[in-house]
Amino acid sequence: MAHSEVGYGAHADHHAPRGITRWLYSTNHKDIGTMYLVFAMIFGVVGAALSILMRAELSSPGMSIFADNPHYFNVFVTSHGLIMVFFFVMPAFIGGMGNWMVPLMIGAPDMAFPRMNNISFWLLVPAGALLVGSLFVPSTAGGATGVGGGWTVYAPLSTYGQPGPAMDMAIFALHLAGASSILGAINFITTILNMRAPGMTLHKMPLFSWSILVTAFLLLLSLPVLAGAITMLLTDRNVGTTFFDPAGGGDPVLFQHLFWFFGHPEVYILILPGFGIASHIISTFSRKPVFGYLGMAYAMVAIGFIGFVVWAHHMYTVGMDVNTRAYFVAATMVIAVPTGIKIFSWLATMWGGSIEFKTPLLWVLGFIFLFTVGGVTGIVLANAGVDIALHDTYYVVGHFHYTMAIAAAFLIFAGFYYWLGKMCGRQYPEILGKAHFWITFIGVNMTFFPMHFLGAAGMPRRIPDYPDAYAGWNMVATIGSYISAVGIVMFLFIVLYTLTRGKKCEPNPWGEGADTLEWTVDSPAPFHTHEELPRIR
Amino acid sequence: MMLKTKLTALAAFLTTIITGASIVSAQQPTDWQLGFQDAHSPTMERIISLNDILLWICVAISVFVIGLMAYIFLRFNRKRNPTPKKFSHNSLIEVIWTVAPVIILVAIAVPSLRLLFYMDRTDDPEMTIKAIGHQWYWSYEYPDLGEDISFDAVMLQEDELEDGQPRLLATDETVVVPVDTNIRLLVTAGDVIHAWTIPSFGIKIDAIPGRVNEGWFRVDTEGIYYGQCSELCGRDHAFMPIQVKAVSKEEYAEWAAYAQEEYAGDVSNSDVAVARLEAAE
Repeated sequence: MAHSEVGYGAHADHHAPRGITRWLYSTNHKDIGTMYLVFAMIFGVVGAALSILMRAELSSPGMSIFADNPHYFNVFVTSHGLIMVFFFVMPAFIGGMGNWMVPLMIGAPDMAFPRMNNISFWLLVPAGALLVGSLFVPSTAGGATGVGGGWTVYAPLSTYGQPGPAMDMAIFALHLAGASSILGAINFITTILNMRAPGMTLHKMPLFSWSILVTAFLLLLSLPVLAGAITMLLTDRNVGTTFFDPAGGGDPVLFQHLFWFFGHPEVYILILPGFGIASHIISTFSRKPVFGYLGMAYAMVAIGFIGFVVWAHHMYTVGMDVNTRAYFVAATMVIAVPTGIKIFSWLATMWGGSIEFKTPLLWVLGFIFLFTVGGVTGIVLANAGVDIALHDTYYVVGHFHYTMAIAAAFLIFAGFYYWLGKMCGRQYPEILGKAHFWITFIGVNMTFFPMHFLGAAGMPRRIPDYPDAYAGWNMVATIGSYISAVGIVMFLFIVLYTLTRGKKCEPNPWGEGADTLEWTVDSPAPFHTHEELPRIR
Repeated sequence: MMLKTKLTALAAFLTTIITGASIVSAQQPTDWQLGFQDAHSPTMERIISLNDILLWICVAISVFVIGLMAYIFLRFNRKRNPTPKKFSHNSLIEVIWTVAPVIILVAIAVPSLRLLFYMDRTDDPEMTIKAIGHQWYWSYEYPDLGEDISFDAVMLQEDELEDGQPRLLATDETVVVPVDTNIRLLVTAGDVIHAWTIPSFGIKIDAIPGRVNEGWFRVDTEGIYYGQCSELCGRDHAFMPIQVKAVSKEEYAEWAAYAQEEYAGDVSNSDVAVARLEAAE
């Protein structure tokens, strides 16, 4: 009996706790999702600010902002990459939208392990603090601060190349962020496999849940490899092991293999959840069911699987033997097939539909454009022969921002506008949302398209100053980044405006096209939802 | 005919006089350049011709997708098409858009792999050069000329540049190679990872401590060629360029004799380089 009293006591707490305990001790998937989104927004702004300062340096030849010590440019490159990957895109998609929407969509009352959900988020905060802190502690022998090894932290630049504690802090930051993501992945896998509403078989599950399921498996299988690799870095740095030091029989290339065995699945981790969001938004605003649902689901599974066997296409210049490179060329090109299925199925979903061009759909259509351009340049880069001319040039920077970085950001905005009403109960102003889209679309294309020209002409990545001939397109790219910056300020304004003055949002603001379960509950979604499990026919 | 030939020869002669006999052409990027730098090796020629094919495929796919989207926007917007259709399957079209990319990819893979195997190694290297990456300069060895022939090439600072030398690309010492010669390049590093490249030669090899990577090139035109370190290597990654001068075989023979005098022994000017870097700090 005492047991059940405790149970009732705990139950009383379930009703909307207030103040700091609501957030600090939260076990509610919606509150945790909100915290993830706020966290991602803060770090997204920081990461974007870093990139705009880099573009400012690159606006004309000669050193300006980083003239004192070019090392700090490398620090900005590194922090921009790490922040955008680990502290913007992943928390926004997986922790934020995944937490909010997966239980709602599959008809579950909450995540499978609510307390683990809490620690997943709260591990991310010290991780972010460590990474930001690393900017202010020494790294080089000369006493310059911050990690300047690129987000790839290749050894030996990350071992004896930067002996100071900044790199150790960054490694711990990645450890914590990785642990956070692994716990989150376990939670999503368990939730999705066990807590779907009665009647919702895997083959009836909404595609966003599918995308999160595939992503969670990728996280679970790839992050431990990163953890191992950076632990080896840590011991090479601090306790005298020589995993990556040829002087002790180690090999710097081993680190690259380990890193990219994680790193390539990671880029799919960054974009797959967005694939799910894109399918829902296209279906909703075309008022038509998703075309080729099973093909869409299994294309994601295929992309996830192939993503694990193509890692060394990042390493065509390290001196692998030619047969190995030939294999990675072939394997890499295979990815184009499931990716093509996704693109064409999205188009086919719109075909015959009754399309309403609301803000979320604009972002998705912008994404399809970006992803197509990034996809075809990916085919170029997959060819090890041509890649020799393009490897480590701005062509690669253009390619991966189109296909993975800006594409992911577009889908984050798409999902954000799509679900904002559900999350906060107020609807964003449509005109401002569209203006935000167009400004950003023009800005990012101006920034990243000329990078293909620069890269083909031979401009290397990660340099703060460049030969004078590259000045023209760099200036264009920098102007583009300023335009995107206006878009970011505008976005923050839209968020503030919506939260304070936005119109009240209906349970389903989008009409008959929006047929997933989150639109059956109130807006904003009540603290507890699906207390009675919905039945799926 | 005769007159024309003579005039051309005269023009070429005058050009040589005016621009200085040694600098025939300099391969470096140009303002608002859109594509690759000109090819001056058989490898780069092949890279460019494969890339040309790929570019057409890329443009075709992009135009196809964007065209479909444009048609969909015009034809299936809410005004033109208020009642949506409800279909969600079509096996035939799904098979087509799975098989068609496979065919395109196989078509790409054939020339791609041919290029990959062609550029990997040369069967008969006529000479060997060794490049060693350091933070933040390159040093070079000419093992064919003698075991102890080596020198360092450090970037020229802005106030050291002479007429026509490009900023951030010119170095104090130059790698001299003969044209129309298969040159084997061995690349390694003394500290962290760097990467050696000359865009016009279609060669890029990581310089990795503890490893010696091999590649080759064959220059078809005399001139000066520039490249930049292509792997993030720390503070001055942007400031360790590569400068190669391709000369006729006769000139190379002269240079080799000179080099055996000038660079012999343990007179590596790395001390100079270090002093220069420290001065720059």
